Amino acid sequence: MVLARDPLRQAMVASIYGLVLGILFFLFQAPDVALSQTVVGAVALPMMILLALAKVRGGEE
Amino acid sequence: MSDRVRLSVFGASLAGLLGLVLWAFVGLPDFGDYRGPYGDILNRVAVPERSTTDVVTAVNFDYRAFDTLAEEFILFAAVIAVASILRTLRGERTRQPDDDAADRHVPETSLPIRVTGLGLVAPTILVGIYIVAHGHQTPGGGFQGGVILATALLLTYLSADYMTLRAVGPSRLIELAEGLGAAGFALIGVAGLVAGSAFFENVLGKGTPGDLLSAGTIPLSNAAVGLAVTGGFVFMLSEFLEQALTRRRDRRRGRGGRSTA
Repeated sequence: MVLARDPLRQAMVASIYGLVLGILFFLFQAPDVALSQTVVGAVALPMMILLALAKVRGGEE
Repeated sequence: MSDRVRLSVFGASLAGLLGLVLWAFVGLPDFGDYRGPYGDILNRVAVPERSTTDVVTAVNFDYRAFDTLAEEFILFAAVIAVASILRTLRGERTRQPDDDAADRHVPETSLPIRVTGLGLVAPTILVGIYIVAHGHQTPGGGFQGGVILATALLLTYLSADYMTLRAVGPSRLIELAEGLGAAGFALIGVAGLVAGSAFFENVLGKGTPGDLLSAGTIPLSNAAVGLAVTGGFVFMLSEFLEQALTRRRDRRRGRGGRSTA
């Protein structure tokens, strides 16, 4: 069952999952990995998805 | 295939998968039950041997620095791949980053967002530098700090606009940072060879654990990797931004331009 079918929302969901995974790493006493996971999974990856979406949607017109 | 057959095949494979997953979970060691010898050995020797209080960084930038060098060049190759895929193609033109529909009303970036964004730039840079500089003492290091520094540049894009980002981080400077960082990290490895021992041997004085200037080559490696990662991420994201904002298929050449690309 897929609740979020809009790629824009999927990028946001991916960001939240990245943040939650980062918190889990922190709770399981791996702060180094938690930092990497948070900055890459919650910020950099969704950012790239958003920019790719902007490009793809701009070309549709 | 009828729905009935399809469902029974799905049900059988789901039951098999669940069985295997449960079997795997039952065999997992308990939380905190570490079985390998290396972690315990490193926890014992890292502080006296390398003067690092963060053993993870000691492993990444000293004991197994060779692996980190390969990872560094994976990032480097990925950045180059993005740059070569997102270059200006034949039949595309670069234009001003205006909106395509002139009559569409685009809301201006609101003042609170501007003020918050620009206000966060300096603290973000400070946190990034702190995490790079204290990589050998506290969790963090070149990679984590580098990505944080890259997000500081993105904050200028979010709170100002694309042209300001170009002015703050000119692409020549970003490429230079990326290249210097990657080459610098490799050269720190070569320094071990020059000193007459192994590649990535920690040849500098180790100092006292807890001092900012301690742990030999580890802070230098962190700085080099931080520079490379900042450059790489900013370069990659500004390539994406440029592609999304300023490149358009040339309409005068129509679809013909596309087929030659």
